[in-house]
Amino acid sequence: MSNIHVTTSVNGDPVEFLCGSQDTLLDVLRDRLGMTGTKEGCGTGDCGACSVTVNGRLICSCLMLGAEAEGSEIGTIEGMADGDALHPLQRKFIEHAALQCGICTPGILVASKSLLESNPEPTEEETRYWLAGNLCRCTGYDKIIRAVMDAAHEMREAS
Amino acid sequence: MALDNNPALDTHEFRLVGTRPNRPDGIDKVTGRARYGADISAPGMLTGMVLRSRHAHARIKSIDISAAEAIPGVHAVITRKDFTHVPEDGDIADILDNCMAGEKALYDGHAVAAVAASSSATAQEALKAIIVDYEVLPNVTDVDTAIREGAPILHAGRSDGTVPEGASRNIMSRVEFGHGDVEAGLAKADRVVERSFKTEATHQGYIEPHACLAQMGQDGQADLWCCTQGHYMVRNTCAALLGMDQGQLRVTASEIGGGFGGKTTVFLEPLALVLSRKSSRPVKMVMSRAEVLRATGPTASSSMDVRIGMTKDGRITGAHAELRYQGGAYPGSPVQLGAMAGFAPYDLENVKTVGWDIVTNRPKQAAYRAPGAPMAAFGVESVIDELARGFGLDPIEVRLKNAAREGTRSSYGPTYPAIGLEATLQAAKDHPHWSAPLGKNQGRGVACGFWFNFGGDTCVSLNITPDGTATVTEGNPDIGGSRAAMSMMAAEELGIPYEKVRTVITDTGSLGQNEVTDGSRVTFAVGLATIKAARAAKKEMCKRVAKIWGIDEDAVEWREGAVHPAGPNAGLHPPMTLAEIAAVASNTGGPIAGHHEVTAEGAGVSFATHMVDSEVDADTGAVKIVRYTVFQDAGKAVHPDYVEGQLQGGAVQGIGWALNEEYIYGEDGILQNPGFLDYRVPVASDLPMIDTVILEIPNPGHPYGVRGVGETSIVPPLAAVANSVSAAANVRLTDIPMSPPKVLAKIRETV
Repeated sequence: MSNIHVTTSVNGDPVEFLCGSQDTLLDVLRDRLGMTGTKEGCGTGDCGACSVTVNGRLICSCLMLGAEAEGSEIGTIEGMADGDALHPLQRKFIEHAALQCGICTPGILVASKSLLESNPEPTEEETRYWLAGNLCRCTGYDKIIRAVMDAAHEMREAS
Repeated sequence: MALDNNPALDTHEFRLVGTRPNRPDGIDKVTGRARYGADISAPGMLTGMVLRSRHAHARIKSIDISAAEAIPGVHAVITRKDFTHVPEDGDIADILDNCMAGEKALYDGHAVAAVAASSSATAQEALKAIIVDYEVLPNVTDVDTAIREGAPILHAGRSDGTVPEGASRNIMSRVEFGHGDVEAGLAKADRVVERSFKTEATHQGYIEPHACLAQMGQDGQADLWCCTQGHYMVRNTCAALLGMDQGQLRVTASEIGGGFGGKTTVFLEPLALVLSRKSSRPVKMVMSRAEVLRATGPTASSSMDVRIGMTKDGRITGAHAELRYQGGAYPGSPVQLGAMAGFAPYDLENVKTVGWDIVTNRPKQAAYRAPGAPMAAFGVESVIDELARGFGLDPIEVRLKNAAREGTRSSYGPTYPAIGLEATLQAAKDHPHWSAPLGKNQGRGVACGFWFNFGGDTCVSLNITPDGTATVTEGNPDIGGSRAAMSMMAAEELGIPYEKVRTVITDTGSLGQNEVTDGSRVTFAVGLATIKAARAAKKEMCKRVAKIWGIDEDAVEWREGAVHPAGPNAGLHPPMTLAEIAAVASNTGGPIAGHHEVTAEGAGVSFATHMVDSEVDADTGAVKIVRYTVFQDAGKAVHPDYVEGQLQGGAVQGIGWALNEEYIYGEDGILQNPGFLDYRVPVASDLPMIDTVILEIPNPGHPYGVRGVGETSIVPPLAAVANSVSAAANVRLTDIPMSPPKVLAKIRETV
């Protein structure tokens, strides 16, 4: 079976890759491009650890084929900080101790950033429902919700 | 110098301990740079995959691997025959049989063969080409059915001497704890309640599947990278399974994406080593979620009978529990720990617990946060709640009346030193949550919980760098922020800023034996060793300065990060700071370090009280948790954020266990819900904020009074939630999970 050539961009960088017809976008990111910040927790779209954005839309990268990424703009956790400057969400997750083991953290950060782009002032309930597709087994979500709400507050103050 | 005298625990003022600095691995983990089990690769590596039984119980008549081996790109195919070393130790033999089936496949998902190939597609093709000839046998997955007459028998002749003659051969052992005369005690009661309870198996549910990368040469030297709670355990276990010298196998622990006890044994690691040995290539293996659920260790399921007698003023006169836990296809369910923990919060004259360890056609259980205790607490705390409510008594007052305290002889034997149960109950009683009004269809429940905590083998090295900073080298994977706690304790001792200490978790070649990250032991035991290592370094620095000043070692003292002349010499020399001492170390005797090796004792038992409000939908049986407060004794909270995190995380895992998580097996013994869609762990929208109240009753066994906090928080929730649902629905719930169909059936039963 021959590979498929795909031209795309990842975090603003032009990227070309070859992938098999059955490779998911997650497989491509992790195994072909070496971008292991995006995690695989289930491979069936149930845990959200593999959350990325494609053309600005939040998706589970385990549910999209790599071949489908032709011409699209992909955003991953590796592109969230601006050089040394952490995104406010990243900073607030550290300050609020909103991670324990950290395996769900990249996906939750990508999903939270997507939330705040569409809703800069989410209520606690809106935040909880938006993140209901991202499993965290360590924290009980309390500090995660607080960190997202605090980051939203800070970003509103700054804008 | 008096460096080894512990400061008065309850009055000691800390500079750093008790504050909330950012964790040192925070940036790596919010940027995606942190490397977990599946995030590493090696030049020329192969992909390893496992063929798993689709039968719950079957004799393996033959396995034909020839077609698989012939596929281009397949470099090794292994079965049990490739494990040529026969372990003498029974537990190790069971681990081997669990990692790769021998004569029989004992559960759905049991590994029967493995391959290493040049790509995952080729590996999958090879798995399909392996032909296994099974003789399918009858199966049993329910704990009560397994001990009935005529049940399929998993192993003949493995019951130990504690099992009575004529009992089911699926019973592996019997344990008993207690004291006094239970029947005489019950006779003094105004009321005796006896109830039977069941709990289903749950999985630890860590988001990171098991993963490893192995490289083993023909010379017998091997390197292994894996996500584990204990790489020293991985080394020792793999060496025993393969007949290797422990020193020839170096294991490096990756960052770990959750474990909760489930990563305290091996599954893939020995297979990857044998595949690597056979193929002469590095082999990487990563489990799928379905493999994690089918073939790693969930916790035990249980069936229990609890009988408690109480006087009408709330004093327990006698208590009895009979616990039956199935721990999967091999001996070793946590029934002994459950039998010890169930009544441990109470001061009882007459108490007895009997536990039965039972095997079924399910995966071999692994530890899950306070293994065995949540189920027993569910039974005991439910009956206490029913008695208290029946007499119209306040359930917190009843627990205070019977609470264990310093000097109480515990239900499992030892007499308690200073403990924090009463403090948690008192805090619960005084908390606004206890007196807050309840809404329609809502109920409030409380329950207590106990866990032993553990210490164990621990090594720490602390090196002072020439520029006056410090590195702490330890051997316990950081599962929830422990590097921050170690750096804080080292900086506290050394009198330098927190940022000037870096804590590193090293490979097995760099330190002596370290116990697994389990038993809530790390902040206690590794913290103790870190403090002692820092004190050893300080002692050395005092010696160096005394040498420089030409005075006796006893004539200097360590104070606020510097060595000062003491006694008659006070004021004769300007103090030398750690940085100044480090800068001249080469002229005073060489590099400066401290180390400490210990089998840590005195972990200090732990207690918690949980309070929960739940709302029951009488039309659907659905339960919503509306408010939750945890009260727990932490001894001394080194980094309160991460203590709160443990309390919150444990409570929510307990909520999931109580309400929706369960292993569902069909008649065929096949697991019906091996994925996160159908094995439903709590999500953010299921929950309220989880409030916490940390009590600090110092543990005399630790220099700062620390006691472990990680596990106790999962012990009370099953009972606390059940008590709240029972109050809301006005029926007694005795079967966990309290899923909507079960709750609805109970409500309709009583209408």
